[in-house]
Amino acid sequence: MSRVKNVFSKGKAFIAFITAGDPNLETTEKLIPAMSQAGADLIEIGIPFSDPIAEGVVIQNASERALAAGATTDKIFDMLERVRKKTSVPLAFMTYVNPVFVYGVERFMKRAAACGIDAMVVPDLPFEEKEELLSSCQARGIDLISLIAPTSKHRISMIAAGAEGFVYCVSSLGVTGVRSRITTDIAEMVALVKAARDIPCAIGFGISTPEQARTMAGYADGVIVGSAIVKIAEQYGVECVGPISAYVRQMKAAIE
Amino acid sequence: MKKGRFGNYGGQYIPETLMNAVLELEEAYEYYRKDEHFQLELDELMKNYAGRPSILYYAQKMTRDLGGAKIYLKREDLNHTGSHKINNVLGQALLAKKMGKTRVIAETGAGQHGVATATAAALMDLECEIFMGREDTQRQALNVFRMELLGAKVNVVESGTQTLKDAVNETMREWTSRMDDTYYVLGSVMGPHPYPTIVRDFQKMIGKEIKEQLQAVEHRLPDAVIACVGGGSNAIGAFYEFIDDPTVQLIGCEAAGLGVDNPKNAATLANGSVGIFHGMKSYFCQDEFGQIAPVYSISAGLDYPGIGPEHAMLADTGRAQYVPVTDLEAVEAFEYLSRTEGIIPAIESAHAVAYACRLAPKMAGDKIIVINISGRGDKDVAAIARYRGVKIDE
Ligand SMILES: Cc1ncc(COP(=O)(O)O)c(C=O)c1O
Repeated sequence: MSRVKNVFSKGKAFIAFITAGDPNLETTEKLIPAMSQAGADLIEIGIPFSDPIAEGVVIQNASERALAAGATTDKIFDMLERVRKKTSVPLAFMTYVNPVFVYGVERFMKRAAACGIDAMVVPDLPFEEKEELLSSCQARGIDLISLIAPTSKHRISMIAAGAEGFVYCVSSLGVTGVRSRITTDIAEMVALVKAARDIPCAIGFGISTPEQARTMAGYADGVIVGSAIVKIAEQYGVECVGPISAYVRQMKAAIE
Repeated sequence: MKKGRFGNYGGQYIPETLMNAVLELEEAYEYYRKDEHFQLELDELMKNYAGRPSILYYAQKMTRDLGGAKIYLKREDLNHTGSHKINNVLGQALLAKKMGKTRVIAETGAGQHGVATATAAALMDLECEIFMGREDTQRQALNVFRMELLGAKVNVVESGTQTLKDAVNETMREWTSRMDDTYYVLGSVMGPHPYPTIVRDFQKMIGKEIKEQLQAVEHRLPDAVIACVGGGSNAIGAFYEFIDDPTVQLIGCEAAGLGVDNPKNAATLANGSVGIFHGMKSYFCQDEFGQIAPVYSISAGLDYPGIGPEHAMLADTGRAQYVPVTDLEAVEAFEYLSRTEGIIPAIESAHAVAYACRLAPKMAGDKIIVINISGRGDKDVAAIARYRGVKIDE
């Protein structure tokens, strides 16, 4: 059974994203327990991909830095095995379908389960193609997270009906990145999900400030923050653990 | 076969944000594909704007010189804007118009697809933005200016390897941010379903014409049809009509750059493996962890790490063969065709010419080869001069 159900059991969830291996894997290894301590309820670990088409420049650059520093899927698994001895925080992988497919879906999920991965977020695997990973995920108790977007409209009920863990609500059109304003009718999106299925909803894309997090948390069960954290990693490099922990603490406090 | 699949290949591996846009496209295409008015309008554009049908030219001097099979050249280089790209673009731009879109976006490598898209946009009063890798804007500088002359905005892509694959990434990102008024004119038989089918349908007249034209003069089918393969649109266009004619050999020529054993190549079927990227399952040049490889070819139009899903299927079943051709072989063929027939081919098409030069002498004199000359070489003259170390004032 995945730990994802625990994520939403203690009030609004704060979900934090980092790119594994940015600036290096030793730093990621320290960041995960530190972010958990600071209040992150679920940590999304990005496996860097050469061509992240759903990503804005901040996470694109982080992927490039991580790959240039030598991060590979195997080294990320090794790092997570060590991390799992220190923390039981729920963990998700965020990656594109190709790194999983080429590694071998079964082989990938076996290792992912062994290091305690609870969920998979794969932005280029829409509902129509999820069979690619679904049975292997299910066999290992890993939730394959469904995404819905502002354009999903009548697709929402179909997607929600088959969702596992939680539904990732993409707040805005376009790619990931910090946004000053989120204009989508998030309340309606969430209502459409809930009408189809009683499942937690977390909102991601564009959230960076405590005020935005508080507003978004008002509409849903959790918020997901990526680019804003990755920017701190970019700014502080190997010294980022302190500043990121402080940021996570502030964001978690804002939604409580 | 599952919807949008070619055997195992194809599919719709795209962000949820784009799903409705792609489904809307699929629905519109299914409708207009069977709409008589749409087809009449398109035929008219092909005839009176693009200049179709393109000539099937008997290359007598080349045939004599190589001393084997008879060689015919399918002259897509004579189309308006100088390549086969216009066939697909006129079809898609017309479709965009019918769908009520007011803005088109497209990626380009060599600049030929960008020029064709900018041209169709000018003709049909569509706003147009092109995405092109920085490296390609440098080696195809003339085409950047052509697109601007035609009223398009050219966005220089600085991410990744700054070539065609990155231009596709950036166009997809742009589409994700704006799809209500914007149509993505994909330039090859790649990307998510329904693009590989749409682009193939808009290119398949190449093979149809070859069949009719050859029938008229030779009263028979060709023995081999040869085309270069980047994403594979000119090749599938030339091949499609012959897939059910088993005596016709179908040969796709991939860019081997500095050689298939050198990392600097773009020979996807020679070196790649099955993966999922740019919306499709197909073959890609990539490493053991599924990171897409930085590929290389002298030809910006073939400098792509993947191949369309229908080609992946044709390669697996053996119905078509795919062969690597190096930069040097392509440059020599570029020069050879210029000298021998007075036809300067695109450096992309020169890859097909190079393989034909290898194959023809091994075939009997009563055999027939058709080479698809997908484009003209004016855009490449400066690059070839650079390759040969000739200094010219551009
Ligand atoms: C003249 C020409 N031929 C071939 C290609 C390769 O594309 P495809 O494989 O889709 O025909 C290009 C692409 O830019 C081109 O400009």
